[in-house]
Amino acid sequence: MKQLLVLSGKGGTGKTTIASAFIKLSDAKAYADCDVDAPNMHLITGQSSEPKKTDYYGMPKAEINPELCIECDQCRQNCRFDAISVEKTYKADPFACEGCGVCEAVCPVAAVSLKPAVAGELMLYANEGKVFSTAQLRMGSGTSGMLVTEVKKQMKSAAVNTELVIIDGSPGIGCPVIASLSGVDMVLIVAEPSISGISDMERIIKTAAKFGTKIAVCINKFDTNLANTEQIELFCKGQGLPFVGKIPFDSDAVKAINSGQTIVDINCASGTAVKETCSKVMNLLFNEMAG
Amino acid sequence: MKIAVLSGKGGTGKTLVSVNLAAVAKTSTYIDCDVEEPNGYLFFKPDDIQEEEISVKIPRVDDKLCNGCRKCVGLCKFNALAFIKEKLFVFEEVCHSCGGCVLLCPEKALTEKEKKIGKVQKGISGNVKVKTGILNTGEASGVPIIKRLINESKDNNDLTFIDCPPGSACIVMESIKDADYCILVAEPTLFGVHNLKMVYELVKLFNKPFGVVLNKCLEGENPAEKFCLENNITILRRILFEHELGMLNSNAEIAVRESKKYSAIFSSLLETVKREV
Repeated sequence: MKQLLVLSGKGGTGKTTIASAFIKLSDAKAYADCDVDAPNMHLITGQSSEPKKTDYYGMPKAEINPELCIECDQCRQNCRFDAISVEKTYKADPFACEGCGVCEAVCPVAAVSLKPAVAGELMLYANEGKVFSTAQLRMGSGTSGMLVTEVKKQMKSAAVNTELVIIDGSPGIGCPVIASLSGVDMVLIVAEPSISGISDMERIIKTAAKFGTKIAVCINKFDTNLANTEQIELFCKGQGLPFVGKIPFDSDAVKAINSGQTIVDINCASGTAVKETCSKVMNLLFNEMAG
Repeated sequence: MKIAVLSGKGGTGKTLVSVNLAAVAKTSTYIDCDVEEPNGYLFFKPDDIQEEEISVKIPRVDDKLCNGCRKCVGLCKFNALAFIKEKLFVFEEVCHSCGGCVLLCPEKALTEKEKKIGKVQKGISGNVKVKTGILNTGEASGVPIIKRLINESKDNNDLTFIDCPPGSACIVMESIKDADYCILVAEPTLFGVHNLKMVYELVKLFNKPFGVVLNKCLEGENPAEKFCLENNITILRRILFEHELGMLNSNAEIAVRESKKYSAIFSSLLETVKREV
């Protein structure tokens, strides 16, 4: 099984647009949306049946029983996350609490306990021989990296003996991205020809390289700034990174997305360009990077 | 007055809006809380840079004092400690720096050391004080950097714009904690509106007053606008998708400093926001 992960560093460069086109073009039998903070893939991959839903429990949250509490202030003093406050009684803020359990450990009268807390929802679609795993993190929750790991686990348990897996990642370089990187064979970075996009691309490349993952780069909306596009191509050449294509800005792409379709479902310039990028990536993934 | 700019989805124009609002104000502070991928400083190119390293505390074991009682291992909810072959190991990358292991060790075998995770950079760009948080690559959480940025500005009454990270998770929540008003930036796609809904829920959950800027408006249907109208959400401004603005922005230039037209647009947006607050 080969796993391809689509990342970008910067948000909004076109990860989901390109990942969804790749899924269609390669007829992938297993795919996942690991952008658990802001998942979007389900909007354009046309699910024909309802998903199997499972609650995702993140870290437990502290609760203080006011009847047992003797207001010794130990919990508040020792909480590194400023999660405990005093008004009329001692209270733990479930959004600030990271579930470390220090308050529970220091409380002399066992007034603090850790309660399991739902931090999101996992969804698994399985139809027509295809498996799609996704999730939605609850508002303001932490532990998105753990949920990303669960999304991947859920996909793998449902899709055995699959040749190709395509994973849509999240923006940034932090915990959800690091969790999505584990075990993948190759990362496709979708860059954007802006100064911000270049800076963010360099940071995500550094991050992926730290985890020893193979990297290829493509540029989306390349014609919005040709000078910056050239700079990205030169950068890839200098770093010895495979450059796998340029996709033009295309207002038809917006129309496709807004009607719940991928860019290869309609006849448009970005769809044509992404086909070439996809075949280059598949070639790298299955041939040149083999073994 | 503190104004947070957020979006749920990435790439909708948070940095465009917050940088240009800060630049068009008479004097202001701009705080970049998108510590994983900070971009505001690329536009402001600030001078007089001061840097401060940000560290978290990580436990360190003194093998001579550790008697293998495993109390710390039992306490650590993040599995950052393990006792293997008569030796205690610390897995720094999963440690949340709660300090519990150090607190509870009966032999005082654990102490804390500082681990650098990133930095805060401060500088000046004309009328704007620029503060940027930068997470080191390979680090999992930028929350301690955001906390530093936000806590430091707590008692500051300057007009402040907080450029938030994408998403609606803990890092965004931390960024908007002290905000007096939130600007949600949305783009006219199905993706844009889906993620707008999430930040809309977030600002409601935290009882923050807010309004929406519709960015990259094209001819034809705008699902984000439709969502705002259906939910009686204040639309602060529509910004058109224009080649000129796209070019300035992709070259990391501040539109209001380069063009009278955009200076007028963002001044009027700033006035609208001030009236709302």
